[in-house]
Amino acid sequence: MHIAIIGNGISGITAARFIRKLSDHKITVISAETDHFFSRTALMYIYMGHMRFQDTKPYEDWFWEKNKIDLKRGYVEQVDTEEKKLIFKKGDPLSYDKLILATGSSPNKFGWPGQDLKRVHGLYSYQDLEAMEKYSKGLKRAVVVGGGLIGLEMAEMFHSRHIPVTILVREKSYWNGVMPPGESAMINREIKRHGIDLRLEEELAEIVDNGQGEACAVITKSGERIECGFVGLTAGVHPNIKFLAETGIETGRGILVNKYLETSIPDVYAIGDCSEQRNPNPGRRGVEAIWYTGRMMGETVGYNICGKPVAYNPGIWFNSAKFMDIEYQVYGDVRANQPEEHRSIYWEHAEGRKSIRIIYDKNHGHIIGFNLMGVRFRHEVCEKWIKEKTDIEIVMKNLGLANFDPEFYEKHEAEVVGIYNQQSGKNLSVKHERSWDKVFAFLKF
Amino acid sequence: MSQVQKSMSLANPAPPFTDLIQKIAAAIGGVGLLFMVIALSGNGAIQNSIWLYTALALIMGGTVVYSWRAYMTLPEGIKNNGVWFDSLSSKGLWAWVLGIVLTGFYVVLYWYPQYLGLGKDGVANSGLVAFFDPLSMALKGTPASEWFVYGTLYTVAILAFGIKFILKYRHNKYQVVRTISVMFFQLGFAFLLPEIMQKLNHPYYSFTNMWPLNYYFFYDWNLDGLLNAGNVGMFMLFFGLAMVFIISPTLTYFYGKRWYCSWVCGCGGLAETAGDPFRHLSDKSLKAWKIERWMIHGVLVFVTLMTVAVIYSYFNSDRNLLITKPISIGLIILLGGLVIAIVQANKKEINLSKDKLSTIISAIVGVILLLAILAFITGNFVIDGGMLRGWYGFFIGAAFSGVVGVGFYPLMGSRVWCRFGCPMAALLGLQQKFFSRFRITTNGGQCISCGNCSTYCEMGIDVRAYAQKGQNIVRASCVGCGICAAVCPRGVLKLENGSVDLKNKTTELKAIHIAEGDVRIL
Repeated sequence: MHIAIIGNGISGITAARFIRKLSDHKITVISAETDHFFSRTALMYIYMGHMRFQDTKPYEDWFWEKNKIDLKRGYVEQVDTEEKKLIFKKGDPLSYDKLILATGSSPNKFGWPGQDLKRVHGLYSYQDLEAMEKYSKGLKRAVVVGGGLIGLEMAEMFHSRHIPVTILVREKSYWNGVMPPGESAMINREIKRHGIDLRLEEELAEIVDNGQGEACAVITKSGERIECGFVGLTAGVHPNIKFLAETGIETGRGILVNKYLETSIPDVYAIGDCSEQRNPNPGRRGVEAIWYTGRMMGETVGYNICGKPVAYNPGIWFNSAKFMDIEYQVYGDVRANQPEEHRSIYWEHAEGRKSIRIIYDKNHGHIIGFNLMGVRFRHEVCEKWIKEKTDIEIVMKNLGLANFDPEFYEKHEAEVVGIYNQQSGKNLSVKHERSWDKVFAFLKF
Repeated sequence: MSQVQKSMSLANPAPPFTDLIQKIAAAIGGVGLLFMVIALSGNGAIQNSIWLYTALALIMGGTVVYSWRAYMTLPEGIKNNGVWFDSLSSKGLWAWVLGIVLTGFYVVLYWYPQYLGLGKDGVANSGLVAFFDPLSMALKGTPASEWFVYGTLYTVAILAFGIKFILKYRHNKYQVVRTISVMFFQLGFAFLLPEIMQKLNHPYYSFTNMWPLNYYFFYDWNLDGLLNAGNVGMFMLFFGLAMVFIISPTLTYFYGKRWYCSWVCGCGGLAETAGDPFRHLSDKSLKAWKIERWMIHGVLVFVTLMTVAVIYSYFNSDRNLLITKPISIGLIILLGGLVIAIVQANKKEINLSKDKLSTIISAIVGVILLLAILAFITGNFVIDGGMLRGWYGFFIGAAFSGVVGVGFYPLMGSRVWCRFGCPMAALLGLQQKFFSRFRITTNGGQCISCGNCSTYCEMGIDVRAYAQKGQNIVRASCVGCGICAAVCPRGVLKLENGSVDLKNKTTELKAIHIAEGDVRIL
């Protein structure tokens, strides 16, 4: 059987690896972007000089041949699902028995005048990185549009090269659609602390053409003109599905798939950013364009194709990021606007660059989520507590088990419990159990 | 919105180039070095203690002020911007210049110390060595040797660049504490104490340098020196043995080899401080790992064989250890055991019970072959302790640990010696793999495969290969510097010690994985 995978990002590559682990099927991974798999999340570090491109490849180049995973560089223009073949922009078509679509996503454009000019780019692909590099030469200022994770990454990149950056954010506070107010305010402060020009409640109205098809300035909705040689569009992404329009594969925002990641056409699967769950788990979105879900879908589709049906179930939500120098981790259900039945314990360090938020159910007392800024928590421990609906008081007493900060770091568990005690009138104290042995015993690995 | 600064270039706290203060600081450090060059050229005008102390103070001061401006003017955090753009830290022209200068310095130091001004056979020192006479007189009451010059410069480098490292990682307490530790042990135990002990007429002895890194511990002159030095000498002898057989195994069991390699050791100390700008240059490929395992374990076998032969000849008048003698059976078993441990260490999974017999047989056959080859080369069925000692001193002691070990910093990373050559690292590594609580744990499924951990691993470990699978990292070579955990942008790695799971530290269980029917962590 020949399995063709379009897209060599984390989803497509994880699928290829698991199919290889489970079978001897012929596998071809197709990409128009790069010859080899690299970590998309590390693009920023190449620009910043932390790593070279080759350092972002998780597997050495010999890995693919050794594992009999064929790599094909090419741009798929059409998918013929009846004849089961792929038509490329250049070269011969390729027949397949099963097809996995892992085509990722593209930066959103909302019809801004000038959005397709030169010197206007998102940050998603290797080509975007090349464009940033190309236009950075002699760049006096960059403007980044959008207040999400990628926007700040882009700003940090320019900042690392001493190129002044302005970020336009529609909202009142950074990423406040996702982050609760305390954490969102912390991000605002962190951005400004680094000397980046953060404009809140400011939107892009228009990108100005310099007469040669290149951006030279932006005009904001408040009417201000900001001269700039680069405009970064980072107002979210949408699934890459345009090329499927005539295939009959059913799409919504993304390629619609069932729990087994099957599309509406037999033998065609879709995973990662480009896919959309028909019936997502409660509390989860249909399209979740993040690294971790892509990896899980890749693994799931591998099992399904190799005759071991597994329903896609991403489990307890988790994610992470880094806002300039502040690391962020989230486990479970933490919302920007706290619903009535959630109660929150929020501790913030006096210096305002670390915080711990713990969400629990107001009525039943079980734990719901953790939101961490500048503090590392242990994934497995948080997940187990959330999954088992552990009572908040048990979590409070054993909070040390979750600590994942390096040795000798200041410990904050007692302060967090102090806040809980204040809020609840209880008098709990923390057990001083944080060692690996205790964690191991708790998790029963 | 009108009060928001329009041009942040003025407020940009990261000046693109070195500022005026940094330029002055660099010049001050350069003047200090210039004094030494003038002294080296044989100019007698500055052969004076004032000039020496001024030179050392200028070098230290210049480095500290320079790094203060580099890091304290910026918010605390990871400071790797532009590492791969800078000529010096990305194998560019300046890296080659520095590499050649350092290599040249070591060649002169080891084999042509007279060019540094070392006076032989009663002739007074001149040049650079004489420049250091005042400090040497003050510490131990004798004129300087080329090794005293080296030791002083080495210590100054660890102190000055140690301060730089602390400023760079001031947000990370593990890094700060660890660096204070290497600075303390270098200054106190590796430099001052041995010199002062000599002034008090005791033998030269560095408490932190143990066999097999200190390969001459069992040499006749060292043993005689210790045995003839009364109670202090006996204490040193027993302390040295206790280090090898009791203290080190105990500490390594609890904390891994990091207690030594990145907290105490002088070679590690230089690599972690002065070598820090080059840590990312280590080769991460599988091929490099294969070469590393053969080389470093080869050196360990070599030093063990040499030491046994040297000890044998110490106690026996015939000096040469005959391979046909009964004692050789003990030697074969000892080396055989070592080879088995090494073979096991090279395997992915630790499993001693599998193929036990075949491993033991092949190890012993291997050792007998090795000895036979040796016998063939020497034309005699003997192991000549003196000859092995000569070889080891030249190839490993001088050429590898010194010339290559530090000279190649700018080209192959700061831990070339520790990774490919150090028998101490090999020995501690074997224990770390089999019998130690230490490992680096991976935080569930949070890895994004970015590669910062692997890139900044000075030992060339592909940390990401483990982290992205959710697997804990148990590698013989890991020195526990903790930089992988520091540079990880997602908080995925943590250095931990634990005893419950000693036998299955490496089990590939802890990732987010799909099991039949569900996605789960376990």
